[in-house]
Amino acid sequence: MSTDARPDPARAHTEPAAVVVDRLSAGYPGVRALDEVSITVGSGSICALLGANGSGKSTLFKALLGLHRPTAGTVRLFGHEPSTARRRNQVSYVPQHDQVDTSFPVSVEQVVMMGRYGHMGFTRRARPADQQACDQALEEVGLSELRRRGIGELSGGQRKRAFLARAIAQQAPLMLLDEPFAGVDRGSEELISTVLKTLRDSTGTTVLISTHHLAGVEDLADEVVLLHQRVLAAGLPAEVLTEEQIGRSFGAVLRETG
Amino acid sequence: MWELLVQPMEFPFMQHALAAAIISSVVCALLSCWLVLMGWSLMGEAVAHSILPGIVLAHIFGLPMALGAFVFGMLAVLLIGGISGGSTLKHDTSIGVVFTSLFALGLVLISRTPSETHLTHILFGNVLGISQQDLLQTAGLGLATVAVLLALRRSFVLLAFDKVHAHTIGISSGALSILLLALLALTTVTSLQTLGILLVVAMLVVPGATALLLCRRFGQMLAVAATSAAVSALIGVYASYWLDISTGGSIVLAQSGQFALAYLFAPVKGMIPRLRQRRQRPASDRVSPTRPIDTFLDVKDPA
Repeated sequence: MSTDARPDPARAHTEPAAVVVDRLSAGYPGVRALDEVSITVGSGSICALLGANGSGKSTLFKALLGLHRPTAGTVRLFGHEPSTARRRNQVSYVPQHDQVDTSFPVSVEQVVMMGRYGHMGFTRRARPADQQACDQALEEVGLSELRRRGIGELSGGQRKRAFLARAIAQQAPLMLLDEPFAGVDRGSEELISTVLKTLRDSTGTTVLISTHHLAGVEDLADEVVLLHQRVLAAGLPAEVLTEEQIGRSFGAVLRETG
Repeated sequence: MWELLVQPMEFPFMQHALAAAIISSVVCALLSCWLVLMGWSLMGEAVAHSILPGIVLAHIFGLPMALGAFVFGMLAVLLIGGISGGSTLKHDTSIGVVFTSLFALGLVLISRTPSETHLTHILFGNVLGISQQDLLQTAGLGLATVAVLLALRRSFVLLAFDKVHAHTIGISSGALSILLLALLALTTVTSLQTLGILLVVAMLVVPGATALLLCRRFGQMLAVAATSAAVSALIGVYASYWLDISTGGSIVLAQSGQFALAYLFAPVKGMIPRLRQRRQRPASDRVSPTRPIDTFLDVKDPA
């Protein structure tokens, strides 16, 4: 892990942080999912949002993507409203487990190419630069050989990598990954971690991961946020991931699911 | 054999019928590929039935029939979206409530309108009575629909495949959905005179379903659905001439026949290849296909 990829304090003053969530509250009828959550993720870092199921991670992601209207508070991505950031192609998203129809008639390559649609014109016709970004993304996740396969013909881990490739091809400065390690084999898990670190180091991409798996987080993340409706702790992994913190905040829940 | 094919075409009404049938069924077939993948097969049915009052009202006020049909088609689509979005009712429930209500309104209006015979043609189609002007209108609207569908085909595939990704890259899935539904309303109007409301529904589902069973890529699906529909139109029009049977019914039966063949024999997805494969594989290997989860997008975009 290279240290110079960490957010540069001098630059932080001139450039807005990648993600600024300010006293965000959100919920559903009868359920409070987030309570005055404030988070700042510096540009070019990998941040893990750690919490048990039902801790509000998904709601926070939806708010970041502009899919859920918060009851209070604000979200800024690179200083912009989420809708502006989306239009400027600043956010990519890797969905949680299988949100896809496995019988859908598209190839792996076509799925990855969808990552480029934001760069394309009205008819979404691929130009050489799009093809190149697509090829490179497939190479990075080790799916070049399987590019002509149907998306439903892949294993769970391979499919996850295909959607990661789609996000890489998009070349957005902020990547959100929803439970990237759930339902994924050991090999794919290691590959995904490596790819994310490389992405941060080579392009300065900010990576935000939501996960309920403790394993691997310390190794991968520059920052960790412990979430359970509220922010329980945030900071360097070594500071946040102490037995006391985790025991205090999650106790039985994390031991069950993690 | 030559005689069988040429003789019917000596009549201008048969030429018009064949041309209109081929155009309508190909346009419907292309659209059906997206409808099947979107899980919108019933939307075709809903729109097709809901336009009836529009047609009757247009007839009463002497307006173009296509206009009335289109207005009520869009009204149905917006009502369905509004009702399922604004209540806890499921999508298919609001489809059922909206289209039956509008269809009933149409029936009531027909019962109080003088020229009933003309309007019942719209229910069952009157392909043999198509004028040259009707044919030109069908061709014009059909061509416009196909042009938009093909120009935006990648965006529509993305809409069907992954709405969240479309949203993330700043594509409005709501606007795309409404455009697709507008094309559906337009196509329904185009096909009205050929097949009638009742059979348009079949044309908006069956070719896409057949193609989905046969194909592994969307591009192939479009080609297979269009070909299947054109062949069905040919078979249907000739069969109706020589056997003196309903034209619309014959076209749809030809499509259903092809669907049945695909359902049984399609490589990989057909029933017989699947049974054969199952016998060769132990039960533990079987994977159950998952359906797309769209719940994520039911939340309105505040932006």
